[in-house]
Amino acid sequence: MKICVLIKQVPDKDSSLTIADDHLTLVENNITWVSNESDNYALEEALQLREKHGGEVIACTLGKDSARQVLKDALAKGADRGIFISDSSFESLDVLSLGKVFASTLEKENFDLIMSGLQSDDQGNSQLGLIIAELLNMSHGTLGMGTEIIDDSTIRLKKELEGGWFQWTKLSLPASISIQSGINSPRYATLKGIMMVKKKTVDEINASDVASRASASNITVKKLYVPDKTKETQFIEGSPDEISEQLVKLFKNDIKVLN
Amino acid sequence: MKILVYIQQDEGKINSVSLEALKGAQDIAAQTNGTVSALSFNADVCSQLAGYDVAEVLVVEDDNLNTFNPLFYLKALEDIAKAESPDIIVFGHTYEARDWAPRLSARLDIPFISDCIGFKNEDELTFIRSIYQGKFNSDSVVNNGAFIVSFQSGAFRVDGLQSGSADIRQVTVDLSGAGDSIAPEEKFQEAEQAIDLNQADVIVSVGRGIGKEENIELARELSKTLGGEIASSRPVVDAGWLESSRQVGSSGQTVSPKLYLALGISGAIQHIVGMKGSKNIVVINKDKNAPLFEIADYGVVGDIFEIVPKLTEKLQNA
Ligand SMILES: Cc1cc2nc3c(=O)[nH]c(=O)nc-3n(C[C@H](O)[C@H](O)[C@H](O)COP(=O)(O)OP(=O)(O)OC[C@H]3O[C@@H](n4cnc5c(N)ncnc54)[C@H](O)[C@@H]3O)c2cc1C
Repeated sequence: MKICVLIKQVPDKDSSLTIADDHLTLVENNITWVSNESDNYALEEALQLREKHGGEVIACTLGKDSARQVLKDALAKGADRGIFISDSSFESLDVLSLGKVFASTLEKENFDLIMSGLQSDDQGNSQLGLIIAELLNMSHGTLGMGTEIIDDSTIRLKKELEGGWFQWTKLSLPASISIQSGINSPRYATLKGIMMVKKKTVDEINASDVASRASASNITVKKLYVPDKTKETQFIEGSPDEISEQLVKLFKNDIKVLN
Repeated sequence: MKILVYIQQDEGKINSVSLEALKGAQDIAAQTNGTVSALSFNADVCSQLAGYDVAEVLVVEDDNLNTFNPLFYLKALEDIAKAESPDIIVFGHTYEARDWAPRLSARLDIPFISDCIGFKNEDELTFIRSIYQGKFNSDSVVNNGAFIVSFQSGAFRVDGLQSGSADIRQVTVDLSGAGDSIAPEEKFQEAEQAIDLNQADVIVSVGRGIGKEENIELARELSKTLGGEIASSRPVVDAGWLESSRQVGSSGQTVSPKLYLALGISGAIQHIVGMKGSKNIVVINKDKNAPLFEIADYGVVGDIFEIVPKLTEKLQNA
């Protein structure tokens, strides 16, 4: 089984984010970059499939120079190889256009399985895996909460549905599937894993050399801004002691949940 | 502006998120001199849709479309888009839409602005998305040609839908080349939900800010003191720190207690949809910009580890 895992570099959830003066980008110097959360679950699922069924796991990212780090992290956790698609201006490109860059780059690898997180924690488009499936004529499934290899040509995916429902779906390989958080417990890199990174290869592709890369986006982002507040929030201030006093009063006298 | 809205249904029951999207489409049409057509793969649903203010209702009847299979749905909508040439195809941003609308975008080679929370028509038709887990909004426009857009749950209110009486038109599609590489099985639920959070007046809900499993005890103690139930955001369940039936949100329970006390939860939309109906929302978070403050009645900008033990103690002595 030859598996590709798509990993995006995104700001850490605890980074405090500020919109830059251009109202289009973020101030980058106080951002800590990490691998997108659900992509970590996708990587773990890929590694477990390889451990059970053999094969190869290749991690792929598209992004700026800093994004190389997500590949190093994936290699340290056990991925066999990396593919880095370097594109310093990818953020201005719509997902369909990015999907075309991925599809042309990944096509020649003939992957059995392309895995990705169900959506990125930054833009949250939740589209890429399916776009690639269409362009490379693969089957697809989304929101995976379980996988089962049936035979060389079939995988079963347990899809999360709304309201606590699930559904297994049989997919003919090759397939592009997206993974929901919580499907497994992602491993941490071991010291040995980190040492191994140097011995592994990362193929580099420049997006500008990919013929299918569109020169201009079909969707333009006009501006970013902080959403308006919809509710009047009463803030409670003071020392932890004073705050606790006030909360007790609030629970007792206003919300009336203390008897 | 010709707008085609796909109405999702399950055994003849309309999905409410796609009905909200229909309202969005009516609003766009009103502001752009456009027309709205509603499309369903179920005849009963189409007779309901005919009662709304739409130009027409399109119905496709084919046994292969009775239940969701992305390959058949894609082929059907591909044929319809080619025959009808809509300028905009609108979806409700449901799990089902996630499983085929992006692929439709690639098949028709038109862009897809997904999971929008609204639109505006100032100089040009602009779609609003919530990004970075609710921290910011973005305004996007499509530069040219047809496109697909999906609207998040809650983006529009169905009670604002304009009624009318529309004609229903049968359309035919050719599903023969749809492919057979995807075979959905029966839907099922995991074991019965152990805890019904809706019985509780007080819910103390913990997020990733709780840091590690041992710390859950702090919140459990507080919720016991308040006579409430403990609940959480998804990452806490993903980490295995609480059972999945305690998760609040789009993939967990929907709750509306008298008091929802959120500890270290940032306020992603998937969490908010599960608790925004609570009578009193009290949020403790060390980040003053956490999006959950936007819907809080009361807010504390502070560290839960400093406040929660003191609060529990004072409540015990109260
Ligand atoms: C299809 C789909 C379905 C989903 N379903 C759900 C769902 O049902 N329920 C759900 O909750 N999520 C769901 N999610 C995930 C959701 O998008 C968010 O990722 C999740 O809600 C974030 O959880 P959180 O707020 O606990 O964590 P984070 O976003 O990481 O926030 C942690 C917060 O804790 C604060 N904090 C940290 N330390 C402290 C401290 N010491 N004191 C005070 N505050 C502190 C931080 O400032 C931060 O705001 C779903 C996502 C998808 C894509």
